[in-house]
Amino acid sequence: MSKFSLGKYLLPTYTILAFVFLMIPIAYTFIFSFNDPFKNTTGWQGFTFKNWTGVCNNIDVCLAFGNSLLIATIATIVSTILGTMLAIAVTRYEFKFRSATNLLLFLPLATPEVVMGAGLAAQFLNVGIPKGIGTVIVAHILFTLSFVVVTVKARIATLDPKLEEAGRDLYAPPVQVFAKITLPLLLPGIMAAALLAFALSFDDYIITAFNSGTEVTFPKYVFAAAVRGIPPEANVIGSAVFIFAIALVLVFQISGAMRSKALAKKN
Amino acid sequence: MATEFVARGADLELVGIRKEFPGFVAIENLDLKIPAGEFFALLGPSGCGKTTTLRLVAGLDSPTKGKILIGNKDVTTDKPHERPVNTVFQNYALFPHMSVLDNVAFGIKQRKVSDPMPKALEALKLVELEHLAQRRPAQLSGGQQQRVALARALVNRPSLLLLDEPLGALDLKLRRQMQVELKAIQMEVGLTFLHVTHDQEEAMDMADTVAVMNKGRIEQMGAPETLYERPKTIFVSKFLGQSNLFVGDVAESNSDSVSINVAGNKITVPTKRAEKTTGKIAIGVRPEKATFHEDQAPTSAAGLNIIGPGEIIDIRFTGVSNQYLIEIPQIGKVTVFAQNVGKSPVTELGAKVWVSWKVEHSFGLSDLPAENGEGK
Ligand SMILES: Nc1ncnc2c1ncn2[C@@H]1O[C@H](COP(=O)(O)OP(=O)(O)OP(=O)(O)O)[C@@H](O)[C@H]1O
Ligand SMILES: [Mg+2]
Repeated sequence: MSKFSLGKYLLPTYTILAFVFLMIPIAYTFIFSFNDPFKNTTGWQGFTFKNWTGVCNNIDVCLAFGNSLLIATIATIVSTILGTMLAIAVTRYEFKFRSATNLLLFLPLATPEVVMGAGLAAQFLNVGIPKGIGTVIVAHILFTLSFVVVTVKARIATLDPKLEEAGRDLYAPPVQVFAKITLPLLLPGIMAAALLAFALSFDDYIITAFNSGTEVTFPKYVFAAAVRGIPPEANVIGSAVFIFAIALVLVFQISGAMRSKALAKKN
Repeated sequence: MATEFVARGADLELVGIRKEFPGFVAIENLDLKIPAGEFFALLGPSGCGKTTTLRLVAGLDSPTKGKILIGNKDVTTDKPHERPVNTVFQNYALFPHMSVLDNVAFGIKQRKVSDPMPKALEALKLVELEHLAQRRPAQLSGGQQQRVALARALVNRPSLLLLDEPLGALDLKLRRQMQVELKAIQMEVGLTFLHVTHDQEEAMDMADTVAVMNKGRIEQMGAPETLYERPKTIFVSKFLGQSNLFVGDVAESNSDSVSINVAGNKITVPTKRAEKTTGKIAIGVRPEKATFHEDQAPTSAAGLNIIGPGEIIDIRFTGVSNQYLIEIPQIGKVTVFAQNVGKSPVTELGAKVWVSWKVEHSFGLSDLPAENGEGK
């Protein structure tokens, strides 16, 4: 094997480079969350845990973060419920304008955010609703809804209608069939949709900027702060969210692996 | 075995059932009555409407027209969960997110029967799967899944059990074993079984009554022996076993027998075994009822049909019997089975032979073969 092998060297090198490229901003954020903000925040000043222990000393960051959490949570819950019902309706039931509904549900995915944000802002102005957290939540429900529908629909497509029929045949009235069979089987899709909706809502800037008035969300805060140099507290929150997300994924992966290992042992 | 929550089997009656799908009539006009406690087999080729019929009985589809009665109660508009019926689905439809045991317990839990788990375990024992109770369906083989599906339906002791080819995925040995067990269970608990299959042997072996279905209609219904010995239509005579058919105009007809003339050969059927006694009719005989004679025609006698001479054009050894295909000029091909008892009269291709069978083994059919058919 003296021949130069493309797969043996080039591919790993390329993969490592791509990975490094992806990780640099995250690593930067993480490292700078330990930066001691002595004078300015653009350069490395020294190592400290102060930012992590006293993250809410910078009350603006924490308020913005709290707003974002609140908005994302409510928007996720509402759009997941609505989106799941919509997805079931358009895949399982025949009704007039079904294909039109399908198309309209898809449209927001293709619409530029600027257009949607500006359009919504104009509508709120028209009907005289003052901008604030409420309007942001409405806007976020609106733009995450399509993502939820698309995700849940994909899951429904894999669901065998025979299973629900078997449930009905086994004495389960419709509500029980939904609770015991349909919902549990759709749950992975619904969870994925909810996570997606949360992530989209949490870091949305454009639509939020149009519809939030004077309220500040985390992305809005970071965006404004970036002009002067991002405060280390923002880096702390960014890193924490990232670590939380990774931990979540790991927990799922490990518990899944353990479950299949336990089953393998049993057999 | 759990007997304390046994329901008795109930009659099933279908009256004038018609089922249309958009642009397609799946069932034209179906009348059917299955007495309580009977093992009834619905036999038919793929796509003839067997599954559709079961779905109508289970309530998963509603008929375009007609009535469904279970135990003399009209259930046509009842929802599936309100009917005392359970189905073993053609492709199992086990709940993938539940353990095998939870699958089996689903129905009795829904009906709030006491002690659901022990009963479910009992049902799993019946199909010899109690050691896999905690597995998920995806971790079972096809045959095991099928047995779980069976247990999941049986545990409910429904008045009427619908089985949609429940043994299709099993290997021959397990299939035979399950057939015996199914039959035993059915006799023991006295449930009414409506068993769909396209395996004719299975239908004849297990059922008290067999109905042969074709293109959304019941062609013939009766005890397995009757159906085999006296098929009434071309389709039934071909679908249940093999048949030699001869078509000709009726030449003689009286209260005893009906004869037709086929290219100069007289073929006779007892009048009581003929569906039609005038005009052009088809008469058939089973290959194992016919014999052939070498060298010279057998002396003609009353009560014997003789045709020939013809030529043996194919011989097949199938183990228990030899199958001879004989080409008779102007009549066509005739199949004869001879038991393999070591003294077969002729085994040479090309031999000149006559074929004969007893008149009492002939059967007269109500319809004629499709036009392109030769003697068949
Ligand atoms: N939902 C439906 N819409 C339209 N046509 C249907 C529908 N369901 C079944 N059919 C048609 O009705 C006919 C009968 O179908 P059915 O499933 O009852 O056949 P089957 O006798 O069970 O066949 P198999 O032995 O292959 O299972 C078929 O021709 C099928 O194409
Ligand atoms: Mg079928």
